[in-house]
Amino acid sequence: MAIPSIMGTEIEYGIMVKNDPDFDPISSCVLLVNAYREDPAGEILWDYDQENPLADARGFQVDGEKYTPNQQENIARNKTLINGARYYVDHAHPEYSSPEVTNPRDLVVHEKAGERVLEISRREATSLLPEGATMLVYKNNSDRKGNSYGSHENYLMDRRTSFKQIVEHLLPFFATRQVYCGAGKVGSENRSHPCDYQISQRADFFETEVALDTMVKRPIINTRDEPHADREKYRRLHVIVGDSNMSEYTIYLRNGVTALVLQMIEDGAIHKDLVLRDPVKAIKQVSHDPSCKLELALDNGKKMSAVQLQKEFLDLALSYTSGRENADWVPDILEKWQDALEALERDPMELSEKIDWVIKKAMIEGFMDRKGLDWQASQVSMLDLQYHDSRPDKGLYFMLERQGRALRIVSDEEITAAIHTPPEDTRAYFRGECLRRYPSQVFGVNWDSISFADGDEPIKRVMMAEPLKGSRVHVEELLDSSPSAEQLMKNLRA
Amino acid sequence: MRIIQDPKRRDSQALPLYQAAESPQKQKSKGGGGGEEGDAKGEGGQKLAKKGEELKEEMDNLVDEIDAVLEENAEEFVKNYVQRGGE
Repeated sequence: MAIPSIMGTEIEYGIMVKNDPDFDPISSCVLLVNAYREDPAGEILWDYDQENPLADARGFQVDGEKYTPNQQENIARNKTLINGARYYVDHAHPEYSSPEVTNPRDLVVHEKAGERVLEISRREATSLLPEGATMLVYKNNSDRKGNSYGSHENYLMDRRTSFKQIVEHLLPFFATRQVYCGAGKVGSENRSHPCDYQISQRADFFETEVALDTMVKRPIINTRDEPHADREKYRRLHVIVGDSNMSEYTIYLRNGVTALVLQMIEDGAIHKDLVLRDPVKAIKQVSHDPSCKLELALDNGKKMSAVQLQKEFLDLALSYTSGRENADWVPDILEKWQDALEALERDPMELSEKIDWVIKKAMIEGFMDRKGLDWQASQVSMLDLQYHDSRPDKGLYFMLERQGRALRIVSDEEITAAIHTPPEDTRAYFRGECLRRYPSQVFGVNWDSISFADGDEPIKRVMMAEPLKGSRVHVEELLDSSPSAEQLMKNLRA
Repeated sequence: MRIIQDPKRRDSQALPLYQAAESPQKQKSKGGGGGEEGDAKGEGGQKLAKKGEELKEEMDNLVDEIDAVLEENAEEFVKNYVQRGGE
């Protein structure tokens, strides 16, 4: 049965240093993450004990070595923030994992707060570099030379939902949702067909339907089974198929529609045969067709465009939600989803203020037209890259937003507040508040635990297996009556 | 308990550029592209021509603004943007 929505995103950013011939991505990431000084200082470990990235949702454990850095390296690479987020170095990329939220609007606020955390630290890091060198950070997913880095969404699901059902319904959904979630890309890569412009940054990189990998032979459905919560009750769907979006409208729609479709799967509400003959081929076909007209082959012999297929999901969603009590964010998501699909059917360019790939395409085409350039021009590639630049004065997305060419969902005030404030209605509140109130006593953190050190006393770990517990309503009084972490431990035991 | 700085004050110091970005969003006279404005079918040719001009002017302004911020040496810049695979 459908459970209340809990969601979050993990975004890996591209990084480079301009005017530095010795640029090294890993040391630059460490510099970047440690340049962030907005939070009360504290040497806090990321608690790897709680992690198991090798568990597969299909019911087995994969062989492999679990990554556990030494203490010094751990502290240097991991920051847990007072807004409940994790900001860290993942291989050769800086990564920002938002705190857990309960709805797509809060998700927009916190994903956007993440962009600003990156920008604040980028500016600080640049001031530490030799004269003339500038660190740059890009919220995109590819260097257009065959290297991709991810943008992952997480959704908590009811463990009783069979993984087989999830796979069956999500393959066609994920192959086609890019028509309103894609971030747009000039050209193609990874041996896929040449093209001028495509809908998705990532589609070229998907090579298989279902697997545990994320770095090679990427699957449309990732099977990592690491709930970061009570594993008897929950699974965390780790969605790796999406693009890093700049547009608030696109982020909102992406997470809202996906969360709703997952609830429908939990409630067994998808009872149409929408199975694609070849989802891996389809995801690329859809991406390479900005007209959104191309028909995809279904396994039952029918043909349907990506938009038509999404409309089938929408119809199911409309009947699923009618006459039942829905979360308050659902009606607006349904309306915007419907509007987007209808616009895509008429003319995708109608979405030139709403959906990233269309916003970017309209900007590039306007520029090309005025300058007499074609898609192969290096300036056009520069436009593509700079759309994702984190700097408010140089980033082209931010320029368009400033000009009113990209519709907003949330306000700047909400975003700046979220840099220092956790969501109130999930366990992220407890995590963030503990870090804010007891920074020197927090020893280690993971999504579902927080541990405290008190002199020579053994480390005490507080488990948070229920993502909806630890909210402000649950714990504010407890925290207010605990001036120290020792007192908090006593009060918790009382 | 330690004293926490007023986060609002910190923000405004930390993010001057975003604050500037936020100031008066241009109320643009939209020329097309958006579905919601409903480009009425019965509009006269004159009105359309005017719209076309507005659109052209808007696009000129946009291109000027992009020119002002676009990285120089685009070819080399894009060539040097090389990342390691992630995730």
